[in-house]
Amino acid sequence: MRCDAGVKLVCRQAQASGASVESTAQSLNRGVVVKIIVGVKRVLDYNVKARVKADKSGIELANVKMSMNPFDEIAVEEALRIKEAGRAEEVVVVSIGPAQSQETIRTGLAMGADRGILIQTDEQLQPLAIAKLFKHVIDKESPGLVILGKQAIDGDNNQTGQMLSALTGMTQATFASKVEFEEGDQALKVTREVDAGLESVRVQLPCIVTTDLRLNEPRYAKLPNIMKAKKKPLEVIELADTGVDTASKLSVVEVNEPAKRQAGVMVDSVAQLIEKLRNEAKVI
Amino acid sequence: MNTLILAEHDAGELRPATLNVVAAAGQIGGGEVHLLLAGQDVAAAAEAAAAVDGVNRVLVADAAPYANAMAADLSALVVSLAEGYGHILFAENATGKNVMPRVAALLDVSGISGISQVISSDTFVRPIYAGNALATVKSEDAVKVITVRPTSFDPVEATGGSAAIEAVEAAAIDERARFLGQELSDSDRPELTSADIVVSGGRGMQNGDNFSMLDEIAGKLNAAVGASRAAVDAGFVPNEYQVGQTGKVVAPNLYLAVGISGAIQHLAGMKDSKVIVAINKDEEAPIFQVADYGLVADLFEALPELSAALDG
Repeated sequence: MRCDAGVKLVCRQAQASGASVESTAQSLNRGVVVKIIVGVKRVLDYNVKARVKADKSGIELANVKMSMNPFDEIAVEEALRIKEAGRAEEVVVVSIGPAQSQETIRTGLAMGADRGILIQTDEQLQPLAIAKLFKHVIDKESPGLVILGKQAIDGDNNQTGQMLSALTGMTQATFASKVEFEEGDQALKVTREVDAGLESVRVQLPCIVTTDLRLNEPRYAKLPNIMKAKKKPLEVIELADTGVDTASKLSVVEVNEPAKRQAGVMVDSVAQLIEKLRNEAKVI
Repeated sequence: MNTLILAEHDAGELRPATLNVVAAAGQIGGGEVHLLLAGQDVAAAAEAAAAVDGVNRVLVADAAPYANAMAADLSALVVSLAEGYGHILFAENATGKNVMPRVAALLDVSGISGISQVISSDTFVRPIYAGNALATVKSEDAVKVITVRPTSFDPVEATGGSAAIEAVEAAAIDERARFLGQELSDSDRPELTSADIVVSGGRGMQNGDNFSMLDEIAGKLNAAVGASRAAVDAGFVPNEYQVGQTGKVVAPNLYLAVGISGAIQHLAGMKDSKVIVAINKDEEAPIFQVADYGLVADLFEALPELSAALDG
């Protein structure tokens, strides 16, 4: 049986189940994206000011509002739209973090995702470890598409999606502002936000997509769906049970507040402002 | 040990950000600085790279697929050359962010994103929480794979160097990911994240049409136009204008905030600007707490006056 790179996962599933070439072809007619995995992270709410702990060990996260990382909300929304367009059968929300991350997963389920997986740990993991854990999930779940936020607004690393692509061999399309299906749903045309504007790429599925702000506007979960979400399946896996090596040689020495800005001056008129900018600040 | 830098280029010219990354490499020290130039017909850019102050060697991978800087292709190339380097650096921009984590993962080391300061060859400072905090991180990996925030390092001189130029072989090309095209913003206007001056509007602009007043001023200052999330959410301008924690982080020489109250998430995206000017009719607006120059005024009177004054 011939397995093109783009349909590798479907082929792998078909081979594993002893399915015939014909049934593989049938599943291809429906497109290769049977399942979408979306990553979500619980982070300090974007409207809360980050305060450095007195002992400089990190950011104060006790008794502050936590929310789903905004880019991950966009990822969930995109996955749901793809499913609603009939191009995927299941959306699985995956988080890696403390027990409270279940709430973040429930938020995704309330938006409309089908089930959740939490790899539970209280450790602060680096993106490489997170990517290895996502690979662990992908090896089991064989998704046709993985959608992650381009970065979490806490660590601002912007690494996990790219690392996951490198580790799994799935194609990569980062900073997506538009995702379209092509070639009988075996490839994506992704419009990407780059420094000078937009570029478009065509990537064979399975693919890792990371979201940028313009991709969509995430829906709000409605109350009945929040209730329904409580009954959707959520599997909790202890980090140790994954067998994944998450050791890191990168450590945080300390976290500091940035230097405060010097107090400025108020000007009385546009003319005075221009004068200051030209002669004092010398920026125009 | 030596440092390898992925150089970026456009139409035969080095991108300025590469000069900032070379400056960071100089602070890391320890050995030679090598620039890797990947692309098609890059002879002119290679000459420019060889002239950069502080560069010892320029490695040129001249192959058609590199012209479009696809992440899988560039990361395979960097990894094929990685042996023996102590540091591999990229600019923290669209290309660097796309490629660096792949290189780190393929080498099984942690990536270090967006450093703003070099403490020593293994210890760096990087902004987290959109710059609301600065993390000092230490890497014990054999090779440190890093993106460098260009605005945090003064560029080295583009001339004065005389590095050797040497061809290197292309690495594997991933045919499953192909470049289709680009749709670049108005090229007359600088790009938001690299502009020297940014003029931004908030909810106080009242509607999208009024942003033409900011466009006019931006045109006279050769500035980029940005917006607060409130203005984007209100539909005045598209998301690509958004400056803030969930939008673009900018650090221009001059940031002019007009009708922007100064929500935390907006401040996070612009407070590293060298000079901040705020124009707002509400004297209590939090934006004034970070402004170097504040003007309490109705923007619909102040902007036409400002525009006229810039002609003078």
